[in-house]
Amino acid sequence: MEDISTEEKIITVLKEKFADDIVLVESPYAFLTVTVKPSSVLSIIRYLYDQERYQYLTTLCGIHYPDQKSIAVMYQLHNLFENKRIRLKTYLPEEKPSIPTLTTIFPAANWMERETYDFYGVNFEGHPNLKRILNVEDMTIFPLRKEYPLEDQTREDKNNTFFGR
Amino acid sequence: MEQTTPTALSDTPVKQEKQYTYLNLGPTHPATHGIFQNVLKMDGEIIVEATPTIGYIHRAFEKLAERRPFYQITPLTDRMNYCSSPINNMGWHMTVEKFLSIEIPKRVQYLRVLIMELSRISDHIICNTIIGQDVGATTGFLYLFQYRERIYEIFEEICGARLTTNIGRIGGLERNFSDKAWDKLYKWLEDFPVAFKEFSNLLERNRIFMDRTINCGPLSPEMALAYSFSGPNLRAAGVDYDVRVMNPYSSYEEFDFVVPVGTQGDTYDRFMVRQQEMHESLRIIHQAIEKIKKEPADIFRADVPEYVLPPKEDVYNNMEALIYHFKNIMGETDIPKGEVYHSVEGGNGELGFYLISDGGRTPYRLHFRRPCFIFYQAYPEMIKGTMLSDAIITMSSMNVIAGELDA
Repeated sequence: MEDISTEEKIITVLKEKFADDIVLVESPYAFLTVTVKPSSVLSIIRYLYDQERYQYLTTLCGIHYPDQKSIAVMYQLHNLFENKRIRLKTYLPEEKPSIPTLTTIFPAANWMERETYDFYGVNFEGHPNLKRILNVEDMTIFPLRKEYPLEDQTREDKNNTFFGR
Repeated sequence: MEQTTPTALSDTPVKQEKQYTYLNLGPTHPATHGIFQNVLKMDGEIIVEATPTIGYIHRAFEKLAERRPFYQITPLTDRMNYCSSPINNMGWHMTVEKFLSIEIPKRVQYLRVLIMELSRISDHIICNTIIGQDVGATTGFLYLFQYRERIYEIFEEICGARLTTNIGRIGGLERNFSDKAWDKLYKWLEDFPVAFKEFSNLLERNRIFMDRTINCGPLSPEMALAYSFSGPNLRAAGVDYDVRVMNPYSSYEEFDFVVPVGTQGDTYDRFMVRQQEMHESLRIIHQAIEKIKKEPADIFRADVPEYVLPPKEDVYNNMEALIYHFKNIMGETDIPKGEVYHSVEGGNGELGFYLISDGGRTPYRLHFRRPCFIFYQAYPEMIKGTMLSDAIITMSSMNVIAGELDA
């Protein structure tokens, strides 16, 4: 399904253009995944949009890694002309996650970024309307972060080693 | 308010302070078909601005999924787009299968295609008949819903449930199709096209319906792509993106079907694209039945006992089944680390599952790409400057499902 040569081509081009910003290139389950530095996300996506026709934002979400003290943001772009997908990941510091908004390129990023803000507290700089979207507005926590366990941790009638995490 | 009324036609401008009316459309209103609110700023009957509020039925599925083993996540996916839950269920199962590199027998793949296309038809029946309902043609709604009911009866024969189906297991189906299920399916395949033809005759070339829906809530392909539309709404705008064709799953590449596209992206095009898709789904179902006949009739699941609960009578009488039951319940199965994305063509568009596993029993992170959530944000822009009644049918033709919107 995946054409290796095109994938290699895009990796070469990206490495040429953004050599210092690319941390890791991998391809789990034939899905090209590039880990980049937060400062360069916007310029890389802008480049992919303008030059490589990755003009469809499939999805965007946050991931919390408490061990690495970081919150990752994942972007998935789709080149509908050649049917190529790419995933960009970037790791932000846990205390003050902040990254430029994508709404300047993709209007679709508006609600996706609001959702990520709602659940992880990622500040998308320059977002036109960054407020909670699914949770109540007076909520003070960012519920999908790992420090908020799903169930009451004082319960003693359930042993967590047997029931998931 | 200061107001001067001219006594005769003259060039003197009328001094009148502009006043807007604010209208709450929703959260609970029959025309919104779900719990979500739009605060409309209206100038007479023209919508000046719309502010959507969503999240009324948010149930934190992504958080819940972080505490559930894979097989317990299937019921969560039911409740996203509850008009086509089998597609969600199977999309999730296929994600896990891709993640665990499980090979699925051909017959199971065809059975899945059959079920998914049935549920696509039931999803489109809801959307299209409700467009009719919202423009005042109740007949089609009441008439075609009988056949949707019969699709649910087929699901009931296959898995025991109707709306929130929890159909299938990792690796295939929980049981084989019974003879009764096949009978019901064949009978439905005979009856439905007749009723569907009548429904099409009622609306497709109906002058009143066409006048009402053509040029109502149009969407350009540029705007559709910028807002990451997918599914029938994107195709109505003229972009032929269909996950079944672009990234085939479950052997869709072996089937012969057409991806219908529209030109204007208006309500009529969205209606017509769904009508055509129902025809294509019927074709796919017939092809699937032919393909299933050529496969050995007793295969309905891949051999993955580590991920599927064995039948109860085996658990009590058979040691191996007891072991696997124990392994499943206590989470003794080794799960690899990694991340995977898989998407299927849901009733509303690209339904994606992004799964990260750290080797634990439950996902480390599971993100659902819900098509409704992504394209509904374009709604305020689509209805700006239109009439209130147009906004209603634009919404019903977009097929926004509250469960998918809020997850």
